[in-house]
Amino acid sequence: MKTALLCLWLAVLLTVPLWLTDLYFLHILITTGIFTIAAMSLNLLLGFTGQLSLGHVAFFGIGAYTSALLSLGFDLQLTESYRFAVAPKPVWLAFLAGIVVAGFFGWVIGRISFKVRGAYFVIVTISFAEVVRLVALNWVDLTEGPMALSAIPPFTFGIPGLWEETIYKKQPNYYLVLGVAILSYLVIRRLVLSRVGRAMIALRENEPLATSVGIDVTRYLILAAVVSAAIAGAAGGLYAHYVRIIDPDIFLFIYTVTMVIMVITGGKGTLAGPIVGGLIFGILPVVLRSFAGPEIQWIIYGAFMILIVFFLPDGIVPAIRSWWEGRVGPLAEPEPAELSNARPAERQAE
Amino acid sequence: MDQLLQHLLNTLILGGTYALLGIGLTLIFGIMKVVNFTHGELYAFGAYMMFFFAMVLGLDFFATLVIAVILGVALGALIEITLLRPLRGANIDTTMLVMIGAWIVMQNTEQLVWSGIAKSINTPFPVEPLVLGPVSVSWVRVFVFVVAVLLILGAQLLIHRTKLGKAMRATFQDRDTAALMGVNINFVYTATFALGSGLAAAAGALLGPVFVVTPTMGNLAALKAFAIVILGGLGNIKGATIGGFILAFVEEMGAGYVSSGYRDAMGFLLIIIVLLFKPTGLFARAERIG
Repeated sequence: MKTALLCLWLAVLLTVPLWLTDLYFLHILITTGIFTIAAMSLNLLLGFTGQLSLGHVAFFGIGAYTSALLSLGFDLQLTESYRFAVAPKPVWLAFLAGIVVAGFFGWVIGRISFKVRGAYFVIVTISFAEVVRLVALNWVDLTEGPMALSAIPPFTFGIPGLWEETIYKKQPNYYLVLGVAILSYLVIRRLVLSRVGRAMIALRENEPLATSVGIDVTRYLILAAVVSAAIAGAAGGLYAHYVRIIDPDIFLFIYTVTMVIMVITGGKGTLAGPIVGGLIFGILPVVLRSFAGPEIQWIIYGAFMILIVFFLPDGIVPAIRSWWEGRVGPLAEPEPAELSNARPAERQAE
Repeated sequence: MDQLLQHLLNTLILGGTYALLGIGLTLIFGIMKVVNFTHGELYAFGAYMMFFFAMVLGLDFFATLVIAVILGVALGALIEITLLRPLRGANIDTTMLVMIGAWIVMQNTEQLVWSGIAKSINTPFPVEPLVLGPVSVSWVRVFVFVVAVLLILGAQLLIHRTKLGKAMRATFQDRDTAALMGVNINFVYTATFALGSGLAAAAGALLGPVFVVTPTMGNLAALKAFAIVILGGLGNIKGATIGGFILAFVEEMGAGYVSSGYRDAMGFLLIIIVLLFKPTGLFARAERIG
């Protein structure tokens, strides 16, 4: 049953560009896919380790800027005598470098901010994202500041010298985003279903207990932060080479909030949650924009978030799951978050 | 030297309003443990009310100030009763998400009602600045500073000298015991949130005429308020007051001697450094983290 659903779902995703020829809708699907990847990466921290990182957009932006800058090349006069110049690199190399740099920042921020928990952690992560935004805004020599980085080259595939293909069209971009999304999903799935994932969930549920049975809490948190930041960086790189212009506004807090809304609505701590949430909030603007301006759209998002927390605190996926299990019977494969869903009373008491 | 004196004077004036913001938030975030993302919106709300009553309706400047603060208190009470009261006892992340939702709704409502165009508010003060030897300061800023100091002292008195203040301190020390002693817990929660919100609205109403009023003015204000609260230590009113002046000092010196583009980054760097080396804040008594 579950395998059949999965196959159907994959078949739909793979054939979308064949029956959906409207370029506007394809564009919406591509950006939705990019933000869904970012939401999946946030879910690793927020849903599985229980750390509410509200600076996540920083990693997205760092990935985007690194990838864009390396593919464009840059020339920096650091001191009077020392110049640091980088020639334009192939896009795939820049993209990989963006992932690595974002992951590195995830490690640094993990080292710094996991010394504190709860509200303090939230504030440190927000502060970090704001500092990065202000650096991107003010370091004009490198980032062009508010003038934006433009004419970023699109992705190129092929073997150098023999055959190369630059993708300008929507269809190949769609498959590229889909490929990265599936890969990210598999990485996250592999991680949370492994021993590491169980350790993360253990420390989310009860950190002192997890520590007392010998789980190295900080190590697993930092591992989650690095993987999460790297995937967010990949999403940022995809964004930069698809939209082909980026400015410091991609570091705005509101994008982190968008990711958080996606994760919370879909169901934090479930593998499918961010995908469901990402699709809802990626496609909702298309429905709303026919009759509502951007402010009304945001007001609806905000109200939606409040309503979800009040009435569906675990999100849509766990709600559907329990409804399905009540009607049809248990699903074959347990989600890793089952542990917590089984005992909502204890979580309330935290 | 003259430049340094001018920076110090600016620090003093700016620090007063920062302290107001910080005290308001330290009551809500530090004592009630609500990560209050609407704080900046209350600040913007105060400024917009100032604009509405003084510029649109043409009321007296000083009367408008009082009305703006009262409306801020009322809005704070409304938020507490509708959003936070049903969630009492829920964990800190849950209330934080609700407050993020409320923040988005409030900010976009402001944008919808007032449009994105910056508004300015006229004041009854003379345009010529007050010149004190080598330094000068505009009269409206002097007024802002004086009112801010009065409000800070008032908040101190309210919390340490009145019965309501005693009930607040008792409630947040031990909610159950306070309830058993006959303290009306629900009223204390609402009053605390309303008081914090009123102080934010006051800061906005005071700074609105100094700068311009925009729908997004609350974002930086909220983040700075968090910085001040962390500097001073959670729930520490004296700490928040001093924290406000420290943040103003660091920003002013950073803007003056390092780079004005990084003015707003100074506060965030300060937070990260303080949390790394002294996570309980600079002036905290022994306190547990998180």
